[in-house]
Amino acid sequence: MSYQVPKFRHPDLPVNELGYTRADYEGAISTLCAGCGHDSISGSIVRACHELSLEPHKIAKLSGIGCSSKAPTYFLGKSHGFNSVHGRMPSVVTGAAMANRELMYLGVSGDGDTASIGMGQFTHAIRRNLNMVYIVMNNGCYGLTKGQDSATADEGSASKKGDPNPFGAIDLPGLALQLGATFVARSFSGDKDQLVPLIKAAMTHRGFALIDVVSPCVTFNNNAASTKSYEFVREHAAATGTVDFVPMREEITTSYEPGHSQEVTLHDGSVLHLHKLSDDLDPFDRSSAMLALERYRSAGQILTGLIYMNKDSHDLHEVLETSRRPLNTLVEEDLCPGNKVLQNINASLR
Amino acid sequence: MEPTDVKNPEYFHKVVDCQYACPAHTPVPEYIRLIAAQRYTEAYMINWESNVFPGVLGRTCDRPCEPACRRGRVEKEPVAICRLKRVAADNKDSIADLLPEIPRQKNGKRIACIGAGPASLTVARDLMPLGYDIDIYDNQMAGGGMMRSQIPSFRLPIQVLDEEVNYILDMGVTTFFDTEVTSMRSILDKGYDAVFVGTGAPRGKGLDLPGLEEAGDAVHIGIDWLSSVAFEHTHKIGKRVLVLGGGNTAMDCCRTSKRLGGEDVRVVVRSPFADMKASPWEKEDAMHEGIPIYDNHTPKEFVLEDGELKGMLFEKVEAKYDENGKRSLVPTGEDLVFMEADDVLMAIGQENAFPWIERDVDIDFDKWDMPVVDATSFQSTNEKVFFGGDAAFGPENVITAVAHGHQAAISIDLYCRGESVQNRPAPFTNLVSQKMGIHEWSYDNAVESDERYVVPLAPLAKALGDRKVEVELGFDQGMGFKEAERCLNCDVQTVFQEDRCIECDACVDICPTDCISFVGNAGEEELRTRLSAPAGNLAQDLYVSESLPTTRVMVKDENVCLHCGLCAERCPTTAWDMQKFFYGVTKAGQTA
Ligand SMILES: Cc1cc2nc3c(=O)[nH]c(=O)nc-3n(C[C@H](O)[C@H](O)[C@H](O)COP(=O)(O)OP(=O)(O)OC[C@H]3O[C@@H](n4cnc5c(N)ncnc54)[C@H](O)[C@@H]3O)c2cc1C
Ligand SMILES: Cc1ncc(C[n+]2csc(CCOP(=O)(O)OP(=O)(O)O)c2C)c(N)n1
Ligand code: SF4
Ligand code: SF4
Ligand code: SF4
Ligand SMILES: [Mg+2]
Repeated sequence: MSYQVPKFRHPDLPVNELGYTRADYEGAISTLCAGCGHDSISGSIVRACHELSLEPHKIAKLSGIGCSSKAPTYFLGKSHGFNSVHGRMPSVVTGAAMANRELMYLGVSGDGDTASIGMGQFTHAIRRNLNMVYIVMNNGCYGLTKGQDSATADEGSASKKGDPNPFGAIDLPGLALQLGATFVARSFSGDKDQLVPLIKAAMTHRGFALIDVVSPCVTFNNNAASTKSYEFVREHAAATGTVDFVPMREEITTSYEPGHSQEVTLHDGSVLHLHKLSDDLDPFDRSSAMLALERYRSAGQILTGLIYMNKDSHDLHEVLETSRRPLNTLVEEDLCPGNKVLQNINASLR
Repeated sequence: MEPTDVKNPEYFHKVVDCQYACPAHTPVPEYIRLIAAQRYTEAYMINWESNVFPGVLGRTCDRPCEPACRRGRVEKEPVAICRLKRVAADNKDSIADLLPEIPRQKNGKRIACIGAGPASLTVARDLMPLGYDIDIYDNQMAGGGMMRSQIPSFRLPIQVLDEEVNYILDMGVTTFFDTEVTSMRSILDKGYDAVFVGTGAPRGKGLDLPGLEEAGDAVHIGIDWLSSVAFEHTHKIGKRVLVLGGGNTAMDCCRTSKRLGGEDVRVVVRSPFADMKASPWEKEDAMHEGIPIYDNHTPKEFVLEDGELKGMLFEKVEAKYDENGKRSLVPTGEDLVFMEADDVLMAIGQENAFPWIERDVDIDFDKWDMPVVDATSFQSTNEKVFFGGDAAFGPENVITAVAHGHQAAISIDLYCRGESVQNRPAPFTNLVSQKMGIHEWSYDNAVESDERYVVPLAPLAKALGDRKVEVELGFDQGMGFKEAERCLNCDVQTVFQEDRCIECDACVDICPTDCISFVGNAGEEELRTRLSAPAGNLAQDLYVSESLPTTRVMVKDENVCLHCGLCAERCPTTAWDMQKFFYGVTKAGQTA
């Protein structure tokens, strides 16, 4: 058994604007089961962060409990990390974000961690439009505790040792739309070409960005009767369109067929190109997104890609007018502006 | 691309870069693992089977394997393959019981080998166990050819050479030493069933410059001088020595001069330093012994005073390259440079010479006066006569001579049995899974990060004091183990079974060197642009699967695979397996 990945890397790996290769964004060797979808999502996160030229020390990765929540150990080894208690990641992110808005907050959770024990936390983070990326590694089961059905397991789906699930599934993108999420996407761990640009867009979006990533549990829920298996997802996934993320400093070189493509300029000047495959979804229209989700669900298909994005998102910092500077950089003069200011405040209250 | 046919033995053979590059295709990683396991005798025998002179080659081989070594593509330096071979030779037990048995009942066929260099000795080694009677003729007093007459003792102690030459001669070869063969016809007239010509390239080239004749015996042909040192006819040289030439012979001449009384010894070469023919390590060794190398100097004339050599004049030149990269050396126009000298050694190349082969014995010669020899069978136009080693296609090195010898032996055996010499036996191959448990392999799959270990040397003063003191001390067992651990086990192949793959990407994600991609198929040129990492090394193959359920194909760029086995460990369905590939060149008398 190998407990270490060899030190050597491909000698011609491309470097990003910071001079880093993909390898600089890797983490420890994974201890998840061989073939777990979560590892592929980790791979996509590494690629996205490298391609975005993010400084590793300006990223904080936070998680709850579960195989999915263990995953942050296996990427971004030079970033900040916090492994919280089960379902409590959103409140820890809220606190951290309020204290320091300069970091990019990446929450990693599972379907159990989010849709069961962490449901209350999840909904409020959305409602407040907390500026974070929230990735659910969704395998329809509690992988870490040996594969019990989770709240996202589809009705009738059965895990390797289980009976068909008698309950309906919670659809996280649908729920997030309902709660006013400003960026909602779904993808599949086995489709990096789709997932990487979505992660990049989510990381650049200002506000709460949910990516629900179907991520097969090879050990407990990758059997023929499961609707979260590699095979089932491949056969039933339907993409809204393809997304190209063009960072601010790069020239747009791809040309798109008119009528089928839309461009969105993000707050930092990056451009998102949506190349639509069908006309039945307008991802900038919330009701169109909700209808499309329902339409695909009732047709037995899994809608993937960018489902909804609010171009005028105002995140929690804007709403609450929080400190622009990290709290730990504020000194006595900032926090205690002196008698004169106090007199003024008192006067205004008289 | 079409799916890769891994059943073709050459596919996986090529992945074992070192073995593929070795002219004799020595199973390098196999013996390196044995060295790491301190199984030196077995490591030695694997070498002995393939390259016949492990102790000699572990010190002197031109090592074409090392520039090919995969390790050199992922870090600074390749594995010290050559010097590891010496570790096996230095630490082995007696191999007397492991040598092939020589049948008492001979097969009635008589073979003559002309020359007793590595090529002829290899022919004898391969044919003696099959019952042939072999006569070896050589004009020197003992066997070994240029390994004895040219390679200096400070690089190759005579006992090491004697031991390995004697393993062969002691098989019962009839030797005719101190015997110059002056007529091919007289050999053919002796009724041999076949004749092998392994006479090397024995003639040193000289430079006919003004003053040469007057300079007399102060000017020497390098290889003749080296052999007269080796055979103890020459014991000293003047204080100021100029060595002309930039190849390995020049390096041996200058280093030998230093040990025979030369104080101001210089190497003077026409070409730029970087273009010199000598191997980098030979140049380093010479410079380490305090010998300066003057490059870009073309010799012009010998300068004499009162009929005595005083030195030489050189013209300074500059290398210019035309658009085809062809080099010309253009004079810089500066004044000629004078260098003092008591002796001059000309080491500017060797050539073949076959004055003793009559031109009417059915052996055709080409316009360069070289025998016409088939590159596969080593047969000449006289079907009884075979050539090998430096005699076949010009000067090369010991390992090439050995490789020729093996192939010529196969041909001679086929010929003597009345079979076509084109009917070459296929190589022996074997592919065995290394899986021992879920995540356990029967080879050490961890990849060590150590940099190449440097071979310890004898103290300089001691080495320069006596030409018989071996300069390199060799790795001791501990260092040998450490260096052996640097080997990436390239013979443990990644074997892909597409019908098992669920396209989960686990192998793609874990691979430290981004070898694996799942992409839409295309022609090779296009496919190379679709992979997870740049795939610009066209000398390295792509391993392409059949089409998978998503219509994509698995493509593995073999270039920088570390053979770490992580892909196979992470694969949930064992679509990847690590399998040890053994490739053995079939020898005379064996059928694959
Ligand atoms: C200075 C020098 C250093 C070298 N160093 C290395 C090294 O470090 N590593 C390496 O791999 N290679 C080295 N080489 C090259 C290597 O020695 C040869 O390539 C190799 O020995 C060729 O083997 P062979 O069997 O073809 O012939 P040779 O080794 O040349 O043997 C031929 C034999 O035939 C004899 N012979 C020739 N004609 C007749 C005749 N008519 N009758 C009887 N006998 C005859 C010769 O005297 C000789 O003994 C070196 C060469 C030189 C000149
Ligand atoms: C408070 C608390 N309750 C229950 C558990 C047991 N537990 C550990 S992981 C887990 C479910 C994880 O499921 P999910 O978030 O889907 O992660 P997965 O392992 O499937 O990736 C549970 C219930 C716990 N660790 N803490
Ligand atoms: S149990 Fe399932 S979710 Fe957990 S690591 Fe294994 S495959 Fe992944
Ligand atoms: S053995 Fe497998 S994981 Fe290791 S380098 Fe080669 S392809 Fe990559
Ligand atoms: S890990 Fe195995 S099953 Fe998964 S993609 Fe690689 S070969 Fe296929
Ligand atoms: Mg789960």
